[in-house]
Amino acid sequence: MTNLAHISSVSLLKVIRLLDSPLKTKLMEMGLLEGQEIKWLFQAPFGGPIAIQIQDYILSLRKDEASFIQVEPILNHHNS
Amino acid sequence: MKIALVGNPNTGKSSLFNLLTGLKQHVGNFPGVTVDKKFGTLKGTDHLLIDFPGTYSIYPRSKDEEIVYQVVTNPNHSDFPDIVMVVVDASNLKRNLFLFQQIYDLGLPTIMLLNMTDIARKKGVSILEENLKSQFPNAQIIETNARVGFGKNRIIEAINALDLKQFTYQKDWVCSLEDTAGQEEEVKKRYQQLEGLVVQTQVEETRQNKFQARLDQILVHPIFGYAIFFFVLFSLFQAIFVFASIPMDFIDANFASLSVWTSQQLPEGVFFDLVTQGIIPGIGGVLVFVPQIAFLFLFIAILEESGYLARVVFLMDRWMRPLGLNGKSVVPLLSSVACAIPGVMAARTIADWKERLITILVAPLMSCSARIPVYTLLIALVIPKQMVFGFINLQGMVLFGLYFLGVLGAIGMSLLLKWLIHSKQTGYLILELPSYKLPKWNNVLMTVWEKAKIFVIDAGKVIIAISIVLWFLASFGPGESLQLAEKNAQAQAYDQGLSKTEEERLVASLKLESSYMGHLGKWMEPLIEPLGYDWKIGISLITSFAAREVFVGSLATIYSVHQEENAEGLLAKMKNEKRADGKPVFTLASGVSLMVFYVFAMQCMATLAVVRRETKSWKWPLVQLAFMGVLAYSLSFLFYQLLV
Repeated sequence: MTNLAHISSVSLLKVIRLLDSPLKTKLMEMGLLEGQEIKWLFQAPFGGPIAIQIQDYILSLRKDEASFIQVEPILNHHNS
Repeated sequence: MKIALVGNPNTGKSSLFNLLTGLKQHVGNFPGVTVDKKFGTLKGTDHLLIDFPGTYSIYPRSKDEEIVYQVVTNPNHSDFPDIVMVVVDASNLKRNLFLFQQIYDLGLPTIMLLNMTDIARKKGVSILEENLKSQFPNAQIIETNARVGFGKNRIIEAINALDLKQFTYQKDWVCSLEDTAGQEEEVKKRYQQLEGLVVQTQVEETRQNKFQARLDQILVHPIFGYAIFFFVLFSLFQAIFVFASIPMDFIDANFASLSVWTSQQLPEGVFFDLVTQGIIPGIGGVLVFVPQIAFLFLFIAILEESGYLARVVFLMDRWMRPLGLNGKSVVPLLSSVACAIPGVMAARTIADWKERLITILVAPLMSCSARIPVYTLLIALVIPKQMVFGFINLQGMVLFGLYFLGVLGAIGMSLLLKWLIHSKQTGYLILELPSYKLPKWNNVLMTVWEKAKIFVIDAGKVIIAISIVLWFLASFGPGESLQLAEKNAQAQAYDQGLSKTEEERLVASLKLESSYMGHLGKWMEPLIEPLGYDWKIGISLITSFAAREVFVGSLATIYSVHQEENAEGLLAKMKNEKRADGKPVFTLASGVSLMVFYVFAMQCMATLAVVRRETKSWKWPLVQLAFMGVLAYSLSFLFYQLLV
């Protein structure tokens, strides 16, 4: 398990837990709930925000916000 | 009936609103808050349609989202709707149904406008309306598609078909804004319910949209991404400065001749002078900036509609953040290059108070279009027409330098304010990157129209009021001084054998000198002398509080030239202007000092008024006036003393 801010390549992830922060409700409303599958897509250059796919849309957030989200990689059984 | 239109951002809500109301829409204020509402009549009916700011939940996370909570939880609110139409993006159903369900659970008569079904189908999603109907039995559900424009008649049918008796308003379940634990529980519960629903209703076989993904790879690329952004910026400035000058010159010339024409038609008298010399030029001074504002928002609206603007925010956040700003500050700061008024208002989308406040406070440091006439005049006056290194135009370089100086000032002040303003919250960026679309021209033009209107009304009120005050100060003087000045001028004209028009100008000039305004200028002369200015420049500094470009016109009056007739005339007069000791008034040192003053000084009452409205106190506009004044005075002093 790691937090989302540490991911830096395209990968499928599962949200494990949201750490307490003033943004927790907002993140949940945006669809980041425990158990939700997300996809890390890309990152803005020079350490800028990251972009992830949730359900059917792309959300961007700063690394600070991402560090409140604990995730776990989903192993792709077809390739491994 | 009052019908509210709510929905997530990027759902095509504005398109639908435009489609349903046509040109008959108005912008107004929600009582008690600063966020604008748009309202219009639903075509073919007499229902009032109110467009609410886009939101993901009834619980607000930013300033502009507050109004939805305030209205739907308060049946006594004057905008409390009889019917709510919730726009739901079919291609992103679950997150959109979240808001829909909240509204439905309030027991408000609800219509679901299932939008973007075409995109959903392309993605391989098929929506089973029957399942949605069984989940929300009392609601009317209609498929709409704003991009191709069908559905209006079915929406009217749905409004009529809605059985209002089925709905009972009830808000016991709504959490207070402070109750985050309760809100978290609610989010979990709702998403669980929707989980079951969406699996039933949506056949999920989402194909990855390769084209969209490829665009993202290019547009946020470390090299191409920035290169494209700077190219877009370049084109934007090109449009503002080059293309907008054609309609601007046209407006300028017409108002000048209107002023002359009315003064010939109307009989003499104080009231008529007020009209021809105070009010008409005041209105002209407002309207002349409309083309630039229109061009700027044309660009911004296209970028926003296409989905690109969100990528700009994404790219720039990293550079804005160390300054205490937000990626979203890019739009307000860009807008301020045309005019700080729409810029300050555009800062509403920034959720964090501190980031929003700093954006508002530094926005007027970006050189706005009202400074251009001042810069142009002074550059022509004191900067020689020559090439540097054989190919760089020196005058152009100085103009660029002034813009750059403003940006530097904004960066410096942001850093200082970030350090000075304390806030318990830390800013954040949680932003949806919408899919790329072709802009819909209808929406783009509507945005341009709206912004131009806001500018004309907001700036117009203040500029005209101040023009009247300034006209009074310039037209009246203590005791008999004006009559004396007039006689004096006539005598001088007679002695020198001046022509009729030359005499009129001399009269105007001497009258201004002995007016209250002239006294004010002379009174402040010791204060501005260290910057290299005399009392005539002092008068022009005061008059330009109405709007900066007034500086040019008021200098023309003092030097008794008619600038419309003779643009070279003003320059020649200014060049020959001597101080008491015989040295020229306008030298490289005093000219540069004056330009620097205009870069930094808060010479715009209309902006101060808008800042007061947006921050809801006089504290911040006064802080802004003070720090910009200190910056302007000290830096002009520095430049003058260095160059003199």
